[in-house]
Amino acid sequence: MASLVGSRVERKEDKRLLTGKGRYTADINIANQTYAAFVRSPHARAKIKKIDISKALKASGVVEILTGEEIAADKIGGLIAGWAIRSEDGSEMKVPANPPLAKDSANFVGEPIAVVFAESLDEAKAAVDLVKVDYKVLKGVINTAEAMKGETIHDGIDKNLCYDWLLGDRKAVEEAFAKADKIIKVDLINNRCVPNAMEPRACVVDYNTASEEITLYTTSQNPHLSRLIMSAFGGVAPENKLRVVAPDVGGGFGSKINVYNEEIVCSWASKKIERPIKWVAERTESFLTDTHGRDHVTHAELAVTNDGKFLAFKNETIANLGAYARVFGTVTPTYLFGPCATGVYTIPAAYTNVKAVYTNTAPVDAYRGAGRPEATYTIERLVEKAAMELGIDRTEIRMRNFPTEFPFKQTLVHTVDSGDYVASLEKAKQMSDYKGFEVRRKKSEANGKLRGIGVSSYFEACGIAPSAVVMSLGCGVGLWESSEVRFNPTGQVSVYTGAHSHGQGHDTTFAQIAADELGVGLDVVDVIHGDTDKGTFGMGTYGSRSLAVGGIAIVNACRKIVAKGKRVAAKMLEVSEDEINFKDGEFVVTKSNKKKTIGEIAFACYLPGSRDSEFKSPLPEGEEPGLIETSFFDPSNFSFPAGSHIAEVEINPETGEVKVEKYTAVDDFGRIVNPLVVEGQVHGGIAQGIGQALHENTEYDETGQLITASYMDYTMPRADNFPEFNLGFTCTHATSNPLGVKGCGEAGAIASPPTIMNAVIDALGGQEITMPATAEKVWKACKALKKPNSKAA
Amino acid sequence: MKTFNYHTPKDIKEASKLASTSSAFLAGGMTSIPSMKLGLATYKDIIDIKHIKKLSGIKVSGKTVTIGATTKHAEVANSKDVKKAIPSLAKLAGGIGDAQVRNRGTVGGSIANNDPSACYPSACMALNAIIHTNNRKIEAAKFFKGMFETALKKGEIIEAVVFNIPDKSNYQKHPNPASRYAIVGVYLAKYKKEVNVAITGAKPVVYVDKDLSKALSNSFSVSAIDGIKLDSSEMNSDIHASGDFRASLVVTYAKKAVEAC
Repeated sequence: MASLVGSRVERKEDKRLLTGKGRYTADINIANQTYAAFVRSPHARAKIKKIDISKALKASGVVEILTGEEIAADKIGGLIAGWAIRSEDGSEMKVPANPPLAKDSANFVGEPIAVVFAESLDEAKAAVDLVKVDYKVLKGVINTAEAMKGETIHDGIDKNLCYDWLLGDRKAVEEAFAKADKIIKVDLINNRCVPNAMEPRACVVDYNTASEEITLYTTSQNPHLSRLIMSAFGGVAPENKLRVVAPDVGGGFGSKINVYNEEIVCSWASKKIERPIKWVAERTESFLTDTHGRDHVTHAELAVTNDGKFLAFKNETIANLGAYARVFGTVTPTYLFGPCATGVYTIPAAYTNVKAVYTNTAPVDAYRGAGRPEATYTIERLVEKAAMELGIDRTEIRMRNFPTEFPFKQTLVHTVDSGDYVASLEKAKQMSDYKGFEVRRKKSEANGKLRGIGVSSYFEACGIAPSAVVMSLGCGVGLWESSEVRFNPTGQVSVYTGAHSHGQGHDTTFAQIAADELGVGLDVVDVIHGDTDKGTFGMGTYGSRSLAVGGIAIVNACRKIVAKGKRVAAKMLEVSEDEINFKDGEFVVTKSNKKKTIGEIAFACYLPGSRDSEFKSPLPEGEEPGLIETSFFDPSNFSFPAGSHIAEVEINPETGEVKVEKYTAVDDFGRIVNPLVVEGQVHGGIAQGIGQALHENTEYDETGQLITASYMDYTMPRADNFPEFNLGFTCTHATSNPLGVKGCGEAGAIASPPTIMNAVIDALGGQEITMPATAEKVWKACKALKKPNSKAA
Repeated sequence: MKTFNYHTPKDIKEASKLASTSSAFLAGGMTSIPSMKLGLATYKDIIDIKHIKKLSGIKVSGKTVTIGATTKHAEVANSKDVKKAIPSLAKLAGGIGDAQVRNRGTVGGSIANNDPSACYPSACMALNAIIHTNNRKIEAAKFFKGMFETALKKGEIIEAVVFNIPDKSNYQKHPNPASRYAIVGVYLAKYKKEVNVAITGAKPVVYVDKDLSKALSNSFSVSAIDGIKLDSSEMNSDIHASGDFRASLVVTYAKKAVEAC
């Protein structure tokens, strides 16, 4: 039987998702449901003096209106930061309370203040307009770099500083800097991005007054984790009385990790009003209140020798958390950022210092790559600049500093188990015709255009898991993953996973893994996820962890099934276990070639009793009936995908337009389960990263209004912004899991922003420019060029 | 969206009669529906004129191209007759918004709305269009009054737009990367005795740039306008483009338009 792992199997879920047969939260309706609409703060920062709901309560169709007073009285907990980060001086991070409905003060535009439940959505929205909130408007703190100088947003949090965190050794770095031939410096802004999942957030809550169970249908990347948080921290209901279902979810990119205000409020309120509740975000609400990504201001320096060896690295970053610290908000700019900031290089000394600040803007949390794109952008801009200033070829300087032996003890935290950074860069050079660039540059110049080339080599720590590690770094929970594999009596297999698919293709890839392990056809394997009532517990999907952690739990559960199957087969075939070989779904006695299929074994496990010997069970003594196994997998290490990307851009100096002419990505994801799905992930990641580099501009005005809160003003990248992506792969197996797999979901978004920006800056003759490199910025930079590349002026 | 009365009049007369101070005519609805959904506009009565057959269609005579008010952008973009008579007009229509917008949005809706960054008004100005309404005929130059403001009176319905076929013409657009409206759109039309360079997106309302038109009327060449620097003080300035950038883009795209003719 040919292996399914490694095959380009078409996605099983596509029939459903591409023909409009998906079932999303907004598709769910429950008899007698009410509709929720939220009263939201129109101000970035204000004291709430009084809320008058009297007029709104009398409006047509209104069932109930609830405010922060009621939710506080019922002792419902607020939103939480999932990671506790300590400052360099040892002090604990400062985290403000984040009630589901703001009671005393509002701290960003869009923060929920009150909620209206009505018989129809129109009536709910009309009543929202009648709720009168008396605000005392205060001066907001908006700008990341200036946040520490602003008025104190949260009482008791001086300088709006959550923590002042250090990773690394300042002294060793300073000593190395003193010996350097040259210091390369960059000042960078990693621009804030709005995640823009295609499906806006939504929730439908059904409270059963008899069983007292709440069922919450919601747009979550991690339903089990959401239930845990809502129960343990929200106090909404005990876990056994709270079922969380995340059905088809249309994209997350990190923005659907958090349990949000609306889910807590509607779950709590459904019990209170004893009616089902439906809430679906409008696109404006998504822009204003989904957690945003990135938003760093960084000064970084690299100490180098004249022959291009890296000696030391320092990184001083201010990270904007927005108004509140959320689930991955505090770890994204620290442990997901700092350790990776030295990149794929051997750098003897390094430190990263991050000051995380509160501002009156939407909370910032994990966004595809979470910390690692910011880290990669920092080091790869520095390395490219070093190459330019030292006059060394940009690929050569990288090669000189790559580690060549694995495991590679990276400067700050990680021990990278496997990789071959030279191989991927060599392959990328060859695939992109790196040597031929100067000819293409001259050709562009002849047409009055400026052409640039950019390289980025990256690695990332993903498959966020090892519980012992993450808990030692401040994570509130262990990040293992689980699976239950059920063989049905008639031979089909149900695979339950705690991971969640919201675009990743788990229905297909996880089925490939299980089908291979069990030796059955893909058509008899179903993958089930997204429901806390189905299968075991799970931590969900983010940080490119589903396959490297959740996928392995499936492998291990399947292997337990095979082990039991072997015991049963041995009994049935009247041989000892070691005489049996399991291959391609058959338990075969090596000597006699007698065999039982795994389907026959499953049947026997459920229906003990045999026609051959009437009252004799086929199960060995003491063996339980049934064929169901569960496995929890907690890996020994993160997984470390890596690679090199090379891009070429062409700039029209008269219009400032940047055209991505060529894009080559060579990635090492270890063993690849499904190349089709992986290529799709890489395409999406690159597109998202190019979006950040060239298009996506999240702009708050000085009063804290988000002025890019619609698709009329916020530029999403589109298909016609891209060339055909040229993808290649190298392969070194991960040693931390039995499949040898690494994560692939975030790599594109990690590597592409520096690749593109390095190319743009190369085209501009080294002139620095901030992301997004929009037409006007580029046009201005072109004007500043004295005689750009001779003829192009 | 607030509730409203929806009317589907059979003819222009009935449609006009239904109009009041709290009504709106609906053609493609590509602007009015989103505005209503966002609560930026509310109407008591929506008068849907899409079903009035007389308002739709394309006619090309020797000297003119007549496009019915409710003719969709996609129809104009794909019309063999328009492509032959005024190819730049077909190109303009084919570059509006996206496929969904082009299959719903109409020429009448576009010019009645008179968005400062809409494409069609520039074609009307450059091609000396006459806007035919149920009451009168209005020259384009007198039709576009100000930002979102036209010469149309209450109850007045655009029936068709008549474009004069030029000797040569071209439309160049620097699209807003998000909305794909024009940051700057330059419509250049060359007739025997004159050249019109109409600009959209750059100022609060579409206009014919006198300097560019005059220079090109004298000498129809890129070099004739190469050195021209436009005053940016009256240009729109927003998060997408400053007045300076727009002023520069107008000349850049005017040159491109000349080259493309």
